[in-house]
Amino acid sequence: MRQVYLDYSATTPVKKEVLDAMLPYFTEVYGNPSSLYSISDASKEAIATARGQVAELIGATDKEIFFTSGGTEADNWALMGVTDALKNKGNHIITTKIEHHAILHTCEFLEKHGFEVTYLDVNAEGMVEPAALEAAIRDNTVLVSIMMINNEVGTLQPIRELAAIAKAHGVLFHTDAVQAAGNVEIDVKEMGIDLLSMSAHKIYGPKGIGALYVRRGVRISNYMHGGAQETRKRAGTENLPGIVGFGKAAEMAKANLQAHIDHCSSLRNYLVEQIMANLEDVHVNGSMEYRHPGNANMTFEYIEGEAMLLYLDMHGISVSTGSACSSKSLTPSHVLTALGIPVERIHGTLRMTVGDMTTKEDIDYTVEVLVKVVNKLREISSVSKEKGW
Amino acid sequence: MANMYNDKVMDHFMNPHNVGEIENADGVGTYGSPVCGDMMKISLSIDENEVITDAKFKTFGCGSAIASSSVATDMIIGKTVEEALAITNEEIIAELGGLPAIKVHCSVLADHAIKSAVYDYAQKHGKTYAALEGFDPNAEEDDHHDIPEEE
Ligand SMILES: Cc1ncc(COP(=O)(O)O)c(C=O)c1O
Repeated sequence: MRQVYLDYSATTPVKKEVLDAMLPYFTEVYGNPSSLYSISDASKEAIATARGQVAELIGATDKEIFFTSGGTEADNWALMGVTDALKNKGNHIITTKIEHHAILHTCEFLEKHGFEVTYLDVNAEGMVEPAALEAAIRDNTVLVSIMMINNEVGTLQPIRELAAIAKAHGVLFHTDAVQAAGNVEIDVKEMGIDLLSMSAHKIYGPKGIGALYVRRGVRISNYMHGGAQETRKRAGTENLPGIVGFGKAAEMAKANLQAHIDHCSSLRNYLVEQIMANLEDVHVNGSMEYRHPGNANMTFEYIEGEAMLLYLDMHGISVSTGSACSSKSLTPSHVLTALGIPVERIHGTLRMTVGDMTTKEDIDYTVEVLVKVVNKLREISSVSKEKGW
Repeated sequence: MANMYNDKVMDHFMNPHNVGEIENADGVGTYGSPVCGDMMKISLSIDENEVITDAKFKTFGCGSAIASSSVATDMIIGKTVEEALAITNEEIIAELGGLPAIKVHCSVLADHAIKSAVYDYAQKHGKTYAALEGFDPNAEEDDHHDIPEEE
């Protein structure tokens, strides 16, 4: 059976070049980078090279990149570290209702420990209104954290404008760029970003490695306590092969950026067009203009997402859904809820993300199967266009 | 994902039995709502001996809701109304060979939809059944919203 992977926002396969770059660092070059003897020199050099490669992807300097265990740790560190370092200045954070749980659950934790959090709304297109940020900033605001690209609906926020508002008020600006790095051009200096989270496994690198960019001069407390690694800012023996893989993936993402964007957006647009041409009562969620190049988030009325996902899976197609029935918590997607999509329609929502390995044949096969699946489930369904919800 | 369901559940989901609507049905019942994520509509043909001669369903819902609907309609065809009312959601789950804990509410959907359809039949034919005492077909279906969040 044909296998079609359409969940590149969940994770990506490691590219061959990335794996090849990593392999020697498991067996041949294994010296602990903190050790003083000569065999560790190669480990130190490899980390320095990777740090430069990651820095280049976002226009940072090497000294501003700190490796972490992934996007989640980078997000936790940014929030916990900045709020701790600035606790004498204030206790208010501003974020949005559509952040990843790595941000939202950290904010909930901080709320239990005396911090106040404002969760900004988004409009029906999934966009944060700069005026809403301006209005939310208070004297005691210490940090604004707004994701660059949303992981579900793929919306790309006006980061430059939002960061400028924070800066005008002397407030630090963090962005979760886990979905954005390698998918849009990023220049932290030009965009005015103080802190930025990244993860390797979304850019064809390995899982369990990421980084936090901290602009020079930004005060941030440590989150991981222990040894003196990462210039004493992040303790723990470095994930050497992971860091090397992240570096290589970042280098390739930078070199391939335009080709990647063109490839993904043309296949994504083709996917959306073909679905819309062959099925009625289907909607795209989130702005099509300001969007992740590979993301298609679509609602199929009158049917439920987990059922769609299972049928597609039986045909070798991997997608994800915003439906409550497929989440362990039985709660519908907080992101789609924030866009104002009615709950019954959230249940029928799929996220499909294309990537570098996706082909036009994959899309043709997916559309062919999806149309059959949607029609079959609509036949089984107790709601329909004629009868209404 | 697919391996969260056993083969029997997957078979009933992929090839559901008794999909449709019976014209001039003797009893029709609906349970659940699309807002809650699942809604089942069931129609019954019942003969003069109170035997269910046919049952058809339409369900908006996930894999286990569709599989539960399919197996539950299979279970009641050929049974008397009294026997059908006695079927519990545990028996529906057992017939499916088990459902993941988080999906147990989907079997309740089928069990309640059957009761709603029989209730409609009883109303139309002036009958009463002990098993329907206190049953309200319009009761809010909120029994699966108190499952604690686990992530
Ligand atoms: C927007 C966003 N932030 C954070 C994360 C967490 O990253 P990681 O999986 O590397 O911990 C993800 C990935 O799931 C994400 O999409």
